[in-house]
Amino acid sequence: MRPFSYTRASDVGEAVAALAANDGARFIAGGTNLLDLMKYDVERPEHLIDITALPLDRIENTADGGLSIGAMVRNTDIAYDEQVAARFPLLASAILAGASPQLRNSATTGGNLRQRTRCSYFYDVSTPCNKREPGSGCPAKTGFARYHAILGASERCIATHPSDMCVGLAALGATVRVEGPEGSRSIPFSDFHRLPGDTPQVDTTLAHGEMVVAVDLPGKGFSDHYSYLKIRDRLSYAFALISVAAALDMDGDTIAEARLALGGVAHKPWRNAEAEAAMRGKPAVETTFAEAADIVLAEAETVPGNAFKPELARRTMIRALSQAAAGTPQSQSDKRIQ
Amino acid sequence: MSATDPAAPPERMPVSITINGNRHKLEVAPWTTLLDLLRHELELTGTKKGCDHGQCGACTVIVDGRRINSCLRLAVMADGSEVTTVEGLATNGELHPMQEAFIERDAFQCGYCTPGQLCSAVALIDEGHATTRDEIREQMSGNLCRCGAYVNIADAIEDVMAKGGQAR
Ligand SMILES: Cc1cc2nc3c(=O)[nH]c(=O)nc-3n(C[C@H](O)[C@H](O)[C@H](O)COP(=O)(O)OP(=O)(O)OC[C@H]3O[C@@H](n4cnc5c(N)ncnc54)[C@H](O)[C@@H]3O)c2cc1C
Ligand code: SF4
Ligand code: FES
Ligand code: FES
Repeated sequence: MRPFSYTRASDVGEAVAALAANDGARFIAGGTNLLDLMKYDVERPEHLIDITALPLDRIENTADGGLSIGAMVRNTDIAYDEQVAARFPLLASAILAGASPQLRNSATTGGNLRQRTRCSYFYDVSTPCNKREPGSGCPAKTGFARYHAILGASERCIATHPSDMCVGLAALGATVRVEGPEGSRSIPFSDFHRLPGDTPQVDTTLAHGEMVVAVDLPGKGFSDHYSYLKIRDRLSYAFALISVAAALDMDGDTIAEARLALGGVAHKPWRNAEAEAAMRGKPAVETTFAEAADIVLAEAETVPGNAFKPELARRTMIRALSQAAAGTPQSQSDKRIQ
Repeated sequence: MSATDPAAPPERMPVSITINGNRHKLEVAPWTTLLDLLRHELELTGTKKGCDHGQCGACTVIVDGRRINSCLRLAVMADGSEVTTVEGLATNGELHPMQEAFIERDAFQCGYCTPGQLCSAVALIDEGHATTRDEIREQMSGNLCRCGAYVNIADAIEDVMAKGGQAR
């Protein structure tokens, strides 16, 4: 690692001001992504502001019946929180599908949202990469691209956002609360991460200096009909090739409301309003799910390295929605897929 | 970066860390990881460096009751913490029940992953989220073993659980 200076923040306003004043500064929370990237020389901060002592480590009820999860809550503590486990089991399941117990013990809400892509060219400073070095090229398009995007990618970059937790948060319609030099604002989850377009170096709509302080969940948790199904190259401790967060609100055998979010397919957790609307009022059967999957994948584009992914995504969506409908969510410890 | 560079960040910062019950007052560079502090500065070489990137679990230690990858934790961020490494599992010369069970079950070959496996297994029992074999396997998935001692490791953990899981 290159040398850097370090301070520990005790106040949100102070931390935000310190970050805004220094382009070379970064927040550090769990450190599990930032330190990894610093060791590879991908990130080269001059100054780290440790935000782990900030009082943002609580999960609280909100006035509208939802939950507010502080930015500093460790991933483990979200997954095993009684309220989250009972009312938002989709989120708990998505978190437990990711990383390892050790990493989840360190990883924070804010850091998980802002973790960077796992594209191997992005990680390897000896190769070109438009995300790391704008204008240098994108070797993934003709190279190793199993983890790469099939939706919403650009000429410049086909990277995916690697988080599992964020796929759950997207399906649940969360809101990201942010504090910045200009005050506070709320960002709908689907607007937090962005598509690569011509500026793949920019992952999110946060400005430099802004801090994620909390993620708010609206009251509706879909706790009776949900599933998080993650398909990967090994059964645990591996990033998703495809992951699906499925949530249904059932009226007898009819779908009253459907949520469907995908990981491993795009630069952000992917939701498609048209596909969700198409399931509304329909019977919860495979043909309904297949139609929705076809809508999601209508614009899918592949490169040689990920040509298998649209079919895998289609099958994973159908299976996850079927698990949700049956009320038999995918277990994250018994790896058999029923 | 040299010490004479006027823009150089401070080379060392004071920290106080309790390791296996002993309080250490130290000066560390901000870029020193907890793993490197343990191994290089304190010569507690029980904790192993496998990948240095959070991918193997060989560096697992218990910080304030939680297992973490010490390769991805800055030593300055462990200021004020209590750290348990593999050297701290035994008490008064008596092996920890998990260490006994690993020996009993032959839960290692080369032994390189073992300190991390042990710290992880002790924490797993304290956490109390695993009861079935599948759950033990999943909860131990952050510790790789190149020798493939997985089956025996899970057996050892099951044994300790069956005896009421005397983890500390
Ligand atoms: C081997 C390995 C396997 C993994 N597998 C998975 C997996 O399967 N699924 C998965 O989802 N994840 C996985 N992860 C990633 C892991 O979830 C992330 O590293 C973690 O969530 C990052 O959180 P952190 O608190 O450690 O972030 P840090 O490393 O501390 O920070 C990451 C970034 O976020 C910024 N940041 C942190 N907090 C805030 C804030 N409050 N406001 C604004 N910016 C902030 C930092 O400046 C930095 O740029 C894996 C990681 C490793 C190393
Ligand atoms: S996919 Fe994006 S991150 Fe990967 S090499 Fe191409 S530009 Fe870089
Ligand atoms: S050395 Fe820390 S996880 Fe491999
Ligand atoms: S015993 Fe050799 S790596 Fe596990």
